[in-house]
Amino acid sequence: MTGAAIIERIVARFGLKEGSFESDAEAKDPWIRLPWDQLLAAAEFLKGDGDLAFDTLHCVSGVDWPGDDPPAIEVVYHLTSLTKKHWIVLKVRVERAGASLPTLETVWKAANWHEREVYDLFGVRFEGHSDLRRILLPSDWPGHPLLRDWEWPETWHKIPVKAGRQMTDRAESGQMTGVGPFD
Amino acid sequence: MDKPGSTGFDGAPAVTLYDEDLPPDNSYAFSPEELGEDEMILNMGPQHPSTHGVLRVELKTDGEIVKDSRPHIGYLHRNFEKHAENIDYQGVIPFTDRMDYVGSMGNSLAYALTVEKLLGIGVGERVAGIRVITAELQRIASHLLAMGTYGMDIGAFTPFLLCFQQRERILDLFEWLCGARLLYNYNWVGGVSHDLPEGWTDKTRKFLDEFVPVLDEVDKLLSHNKIFIRRTADIGIITPEMAKDYALSGPNLRGSGIDWDLRRDDPYLGYENYDFNVVVADSPHGPVGSCWDRYFVRVREMYESVKIVRQALDRLPAEGDVHENVPRFVRPLAGEAYCRSEAPRGELAFYIVAENKKPIPYRVKGRSPCFVALGLFHEITRGEMIADIIAIIGSLDIVLGEIDR
Repeated sequence: MTGAAIIERIVARFGLKEGSFESDAEAKDPWIRLPWDQLLAAAEFLKGDGDLAFDTLHCVSGVDWPGDDPPAIEVVYHLTSLTKKHWIVLKVRVERAGASLPTLETVWKAANWHEREVYDLFGVRFEGHSDLRRILLPSDWPGHPLLRDWEWPETWHKIPVKAGRQMTDRAESGQMTGVGPFD
Repeated sequence: MDKPGSTGFDGAPAVTLYDEDLPPDNSYAFSPEELGEDEMILNMGPQHPSTHGVLRVELKTDGEIVKDSRPHIGYLHRNFEKHAENIDYQGVIPFTDRMDYVGSMGNSLAYALTVEKLLGIGVGERVAGIRVITAELQRIASHLLAMGTYGMDIGAFTPFLLCFQQRERILDLFEWLCGARLLYNYNWVGGVSHDLPEGWTDKTRKFLDEFVPVLDEVDKLLSHNKIFIRRTADIGIITPEMAKDYALSGPNLRGSGIDWDLRRDDPYLGYENYDFNVVVADSPHGPVGSCWDRYFVRVREMYESVKIVRQALDRLPAEGDVHENVPRFVRPLAGEAYCRSEAPRGELAFYIVAENKKPIPYRVKGRSPCFVALGLFHEITRGEMIADIIAIIGSLDIVLGEIDR
């Protein structure tokens, strides 16, 4: 099925009204952004429906948008159907303050570790998750570092950890950072 | 005044590195209070020779039987994704090399493909051919490492030496090609860093001719060895349903009998024009999805990779500038791209979100196949013996650099 057809099916199944969702079937990876309270039902539908048959959850990523009104974190689910050979991207936006989502672990078990990673790096809580612990960082690490406004601590257990700004400053001012063909 | 014979050392370290009152630690998944009779918690790693990196596995054991297990990762975490938000697009490539450090060509290829998708540019036929050749040679090198160390995990030392000898020859070819043995920075956005040096293709053909008989020999030595089969053929079973549920990919998925390979099912770089078979486990020894199946898929995949490299060498256009499509500036329009590719360990994907015409990416996420594979570790180790844990870790062929990023 094409991205447009998949999006159409989701919209029809949940009776989504114009304005309550966004989608782009012409994008490089066709995507649909659902209201967060539809997420679990949509996931179950996508997996269970015979024509869609999204049997694997390929990836879960978080993206922080602090400049939005209200500041939001977007959680992006990349789905693949091995049997039907098609792809779709599900997106959900949650408010940054006290961000929480239902876990998709009950639908695809692969969600377990991916959601732990999103929790670790963005602080999104997944309700109903069986084992929501930090996964990459130490348990006492300050904050969730992939938030855009996260500040490096000077030290962690007296180990200096603050990173330099040189690379960022050079890149933002348009300079090459010393890697690449024409440097 | 020190006592006679005392060194003056009272047992206190000169510098206290860690705070006295640490916050509550959650690095243990099992609690000692909840253990049943005869059960104990055993830590395997993080410094264990058979963990293929810095992996710590927490086991709940009853005698020799593993009741439950939890892998703990993060020991090699180098905040790749945070770094990538601060460096321009091309500058991220050397960081991707360091994810899966025994399959670097595949990493930078996946990243370059993603940025090219974002920019909407393609590459010339010669570049695509070179990329296929290097990616497949890297797959052979990576599978050789997996095969050799897996034999050694089980107790067979000779295959390890033979495998590493051949792998070394591939690394020599890569060194000749781009000056580096492991971390190449070879695939650039829109091209590759160096054209093939003169004589490289002949040397590669010669290598392939000499490599296949050695692979036959190692295969005979190890794959159908009775002891090896009995150690691996009925443990760590991943059923096809489980493999899908946990989104496994690459040899681990095909080892569970699922016929899926991105090179055929969602081709990139013109893979659809090459004649090769997708290797799927057929399990002559025991149930489908065992450690032996995953191991043997890798062995057979090496033969397929040899086939692909031969074809790619034959049809490589003689002329072509490898820097032809390399953009002067990488400044994509606002948007996002998710691109997957079949790396040696499975489907490596990058998800890049771009702000409008900015030189640095807004967000880069690496989807690591090893991360996903380790996510089901606790399922397949339940009820196995402690000694089999080593065989199971080896059969998943994980690289911790990619898991922790």
